[in-house]
Amino acid sequence: MALPKHASTLERIWHYVYLVICGLIFLFLIAPILIVIPLSFNAEPYFTFTQKMLSFDPTGFSMRWYDMLLTFGMAAPDAPRDSSWWSDVWNNAAWVNAAKNSVIIGFFATILAAALGTLAALGLSRPEMPYRRAIMAVLISPMIVPIIITATGLFFFYSKTGLAGSYVGIILAHATLGIPFVIITVTATLVGFDHSLTRASASLGANPSTTFRKITLPLILPGVISGGLFAFVTSFDEVVVVLFVAAHDQQTIPRQMWNGIREQISPAILAVATILVIISVLLLATMEILRRRSERLRGLSPG
Amino acid sequence: MSQGLTTADGMPLKQALAAAEARAKRRAFILVMPLLLFILLTFVAPIGQMLLRSVYNPSFSQSAPNLSVWFENNPAGTEPDEAAFEALVLDLQKMREEKSQGEAGTRVNYDYSGARSLFTSTARKADKLEPPYKEAMLEADDEWSNPGLWQAMRGASSAYTLNFYLAALDLGRDENGKIVSVDENRAVYIKLFGRTLFLSALITMTTLILGFPIAHLLATLPLRYSNLLMIFVLLPFWTSLLVRTTSWIVLLQSQGVVNDVMVASGIVSESGRLQMIYNQTGTIIAMTHILLPFTVLPLYSVMRPINPSYVRAARSLGATSWTAFRRIYLPQTIPGIGAGALLVFILAVGYYITPALVGGSDGQLISNLIAFHMQKSLNWSLAAALAALLLGGVLVLYWLYDRLVGIDNLKLG
Repeated sequence: MALPKHASTLERIWHYVYLVICGLIFLFLIAPILIVIPLSFNAEPYFTFTQKMLSFDPTGFSMRWYDMLLTFGMAAPDAPRDSSWWSDVWNNAAWVNAAKNSVIIGFFATILAAALGTLAALGLSRPEMPYRRAIMAVLISPMIVPIIITATGLFFFYSKTGLAGSYVGIILAHATLGIPFVIITVTATLVGFDHSLTRASASLGANPSTTFRKITLPLILPGVISGGLFAFVTSFDEVVVVLFVAAHDQQTIPRQMWNGIREQISPAILAVATILVIISVLLLATMEILRRRSERLRGLSPG
Repeated sequence: MSQGLTTADGMPLKQALAAAEARAKRRAFILVMPLLLFILLTFVAPIGQMLLRSVYNPSFSQSAPNLSVWFENNPAGTEPDEAAFEALVLDLQKMREEKSQGEAGTRVNYDYSGARSLFTSTARKADKLEPPYKEAMLEADDEWSNPGLWQAMRGASSAYTLNFYLAALDLGRDENGKIVSVDENRAVYIKLFGRTLFLSALITMTTLILGFPIAHLLATLPLRYSNLLMIFVLLPFWTSLLVRTTSWIVLLQSQGVVNDVMVASGIVSESGRLQMIYNQTGTIIAMTHILLPFTVLPLYSVMRPINPSYVRAARSLGATSWTAFRRIYLPQTIPGIGAGALLVFILAVGYYITPALVGGSDGQLISNLIAFHMQKSLNWSLAAALAALLLGGVLVLYWLYDRLVGIDNLKLG
């Protein structure tokens, strides 16, 4: 928004004040996320910049908290770092185990959410779908209903059905929480979908399943993948349901972080946070690539 | 053609069309069916079951059948007579046999504190009690004559009850069964509902105040710049909630970065470090940050297509830039403001994680109290009643959102 030539002095001043205000708001948004990155390399167990860090003295920085992510929970953390040390890390380190659990749960929850959600989105975006609005409202509701209510409901339900403390229970719950995101992204992709393509395919002799595989799926794939990513992130960041229905030894990354923040917050949490921030930067980049690809596929102008 | 149009196989066209439409409908529905069943089973059913628990609690009525009969036959306010005490002793003996006195006592304890230990201690002696039971019981513990206790037992004697909703609204029943408000130092829930609504409204306001300028900037910049700046909004959106909350703890704690900067620059003295976390301020700041993208994204998508020539026309007709903004631009952004504000408010009302971690004691919301009753006090029926009230409020807002904005228009980045 360039300032027009005829702007008065007052308008000029306001324009620059406005830009400064916007700059400060952007700082408010991004600073908390970036601040954890340098602090995670702190050599001291503090949450603020030490004198040494501010003067860029290399002794003020260290990788000790990242190291602690590997050693915490190990059987013999001080042993020489050979292959048996690494297998000890893989089997015993608390954060590594939490990461494994998070990935397993996230993976299956995402597959389930993406498969069911995409099917439903295909049905929902057909104009002849009966009770479209009401069904859509029910399917989106896991995103709106406060998480504590969902967790409470699942706690009672799982303790009756024997799903409490099982991976299946957590995966089902996380899939439920991820489904709204899949539905929203896939229906958004289908809004611009040209249905004459499927009719053309049918008129050329393809049966519905071939049409779906060869025509529809490649076109909506960017939407499915971005919905899946949303579902994965939702599961990967979900702590309340895990706290309520998981067994004591089923640690996940967010649960481990939650415990860490509640009990004794140590810079090791900041090391985890830094890794998670890097993951979210990668995810954001993937989403952007998918968005551009989807626009190109659908013949929209890049923007 | 007097008999109307038919298809090749002789079927009337109207009928064939109806059949084809019904088939298409069925086909669309079959695609949605698996997910609908899934959601009903893993989401709607559990919540329904929880709601049932808020009105149904058989833990006392099951183990005290004799008392239940006596309460049914005698209206509220009746002085407990010998028959009542006989029923009580019989039930206590039954509880002792089934080892259910703890559970039953806990149920009464929700309304009358001390009842649990009274039940367990008296049940231990229940076999030795001889008639006349009233005197024997009062000898065992004279608490048993307390009308408040009898009223609590009456309330618990039927499995279906609305008493948990009364408790969730800071109401109770007096000795005659009349609904009265509980005394002031025990009334916490209404205050907490009020605080939740107030903080949610405040957070909605701050997200609007912070979100409007940057959404406007993003919407008026050329796309290649605004897409770049959009990263500032989307990166927080994609970053883990726990990471963002941790960051705020790091920034705001009394030995944290913000306080250090303020001390170094002389704004506050070393001894005057501000307490900005583990209280209401912390909840407000962290939740504003976390929910800000939910305001910016709908605002942006409404502002982007606004045609700048309207404002230019207003200016050329002599409006000052402020008037042009107020009368021409702002009204066009109302749908975005409404969508963003409503969504943020809905999400804020049910927020749990951030207040639990940074809220301290005065920054807790209603969700945190539900968690407290689920995990600490173990009064699950009360937790369910509170959850039902919260859910009701959220669903009304959700319905409103669907009517005003439409869930199809929900935007995620």
